[in-house]
Amino acid sequence: MSENNQIVLEVKHLCKYFHGRKGMTTKAVDDVSFYIKKGETFGLVGESGCGKTTTGRTIIRLYKPTGGEVWFNAERIDGPLNREKTKRVTSKMQMIFQDPVASLNPRMTVEEIICEGAKINKLFTNSADLRKQMEHMLDLVGLTKEHATRYPHEFSGGQRQRIAIARALLTNPELIIADEPISSLDVSIQAQVLNLLNELRHELGLTILFVAHNLSVVKYFSERIGVMNKGRIVEMADSEKLYENPVHPYTKSLLSAIPIPDPIIEKNRERIKYDIGMHGYNASCMPAMHEVEPGHFVLLSQPELERVKRGEAL
Amino acid sequence: MNEKILQVKDLHLHFKTYSGMVQALRGVSFDVYKGETLAIVGESGSGKSVTTKAITRLLTQNAMILRGSIAYKGNDLLKLSESEMCHIRGNEISLIFQDPLSALDPVMKIGRQITEALRVKKQMSRSEAKAKAIELMHSVGIPDPVIRYNEYPFQFSGGMRQRIVIAIDLACEPELLICDEPTTALDVTIQSQILELIKDMQRKRNLSVIFITHDLGVVVNIADRVCVMYAGKIIEVGTVNDIFYSPQHPYTWSLLSSMPSLQSSAKDKLMVIPGTPPNMLHPPKGDAFAARNRYAMTIDFEREPPLFRISDTHYAATWLLHPDAPAMTWEDAKHARGIKGGTQA
Repeated sequence: MSENNQIVLEVKHLCKYFHGRKGMTTKAVDDVSFYIKKGETFGLVGESGCGKTTTGRTIIRLYKPTGGEVWFNAERIDGPLNREKTKRVTSKMQMIFQDPVASLNPRMTVEEIICEGAKINKLFTNSADLRKQMEHMLDLVGLTKEHATRYPHEFSGGQRQRIAIARALLTNPELIIADEPISSLDVSIQAQVLNLLNELRHELGLTILFVAHNLSVVKYFSERIGVMNKGRIVEMADSEKLYENPVHPYTKSLLSAIPIPDPIIEKNRERIKYDIGMHGYNASCMPAMHEVEPGHFVLLSQPELERVKRGEAL
Repeated sequence: MNEKILQVKDLHLHFKTYSGMVQALRGVSFDVYKGETLAIVGESGSGKSVTTKAITRLLTQNAMILRGSIAYKGNDLLKLSESEMCHIRGNEISLIFQDPLSALDPVMKIGRQITEALRVKKQMSRSEAKAKAIELMHSVGIPDPVIRYNEYPFQFSGGMRQRIVIAIDLACEPELLICDEPTTALDVTIQSQILELIKDMQRKRNLSVIFITHDLGVVVNIADRVCVMYAGKIIEVGTVNDIFYSPQHPYTWSLLSSMPSLQSSAKDKLMVIPGTPPNMLHPPKGDAFAARNRYAMTIDFEREPPLFRISDTHYAATWLLHPDAPAMTWEDAKHARGIKGGTQA
């Protein structure tokens, strides 16, 4: 995977602000930058409200960014695009949503759901090819072609998520944005869907932006992880490194909050509390991204950076 | 710990639906001791929530209890009249639901929702109820309770809402608290705060807690004993150490190894429970888990296993524990699949 260094997605200083009543501005995504190489899985993790979903949705053009740039295959895609470019971008970038009940139209059959994108983008000239491709997709995700004529309510949650995956894969995308794809599923089904995604990405060489709040799932699934808090990426590193050597106190707090299914470890687990006030940021010492070791970026202010360099814990 | 506060015995419950009888509970028995936390785990549809709804008698019209008894401090709850049951709910047994947003009335001020129970159940005066409510809000960790008393649910975050629900539940000082997936809708960081709060309240008030969840990490954090449910039956029961260090039922094995831990990497394949849970309209003959169980023996498809005793605290319903069965343990099962991750450190 790593021999191919082509960057599929690059996000530069992406901002998305929402303007509410009374002139309130919510900085949902605030100066977020990262890149994803071909065949790589990048995990975005953080608690709800940290902006991880907004980041995914802004990249796929569901929201118009307030500032910053999104580059997809060395093409800038955040602004207005012409027709032909839109088609290229939208069919090469697909999304899997959190709730498979809400994201599938209950009045469409599985076949209609899966083929809709391809029909709109006119990817297939004859319907027999499309049908063949759809059957191939159903087969890939572990369903059979007999399922094609059924409606979503006839399926269990795990199977519905498989349909959503088949829909995302039909247009032969290069980038999949998976927004909490397993968090609304049952425990025994979660493992099935995770294994399926894992097999598919190796088989098809998919590039995935994996958005989730469960750090153990993200760590299992991703090569690199970005930890988000309050609209900013606070730490970004290889998943092993992030887990072994977390630098930012928020990452440490997040790691320490995960309950571990082992009685002895769990009884001795220490919770680390995080409060954004502990940094003592002010106008004269604003935090910025610093590379503390190769490939390991942390959001630090200047005094904090010096402490990290001296090997002190924050 | 020795006093049994709740005894559920051989509970059979069916739902009447258009497609037939759904056999939701098929002989559930367990005890809850004073001051302990009993966790019930299992996937959706295994009957965990139905069990708690049967205890509080909040079942829908189409539910039919065929057999069994639910004894709370010696009284069979199933034989009480609706008005007697009304007295039990809130005063004796309280329920926390999964989603704190739908459990609260969106157009009613928080203060009124807490005092409602006190006014109705304890016949408190308005000012007494308000003082008590503010004290409760303070004890569940809500900052500025006097100001927030007059706010609406939408002004609270998810974790704060769940704290309000806990405050309402504790208002009438129940002895048994039933938590139905109280942290599933919350973030990990908020989840650990709510778990701490529940544990704290339990210690201070000597509550008994029935905690329903599917997250095994949460179980370890909060429970003393664990019941594992599958297809309307309890298939294994034991202390936390029994279940996590020497699980006996293949279903428990699969549950323990199906989620990635922080130690596992993407190269380790997760163990998957193949297939889907059985259709409870027509529960399979024999062991309901047999069709998804790779260690199933012929007898599993024919006869239902009884609960075998492993120790005084630990029981499991699997034929593997029969003296004639081939020896197969959790260690063998892990070894055979080369599982890393799972529960090992």
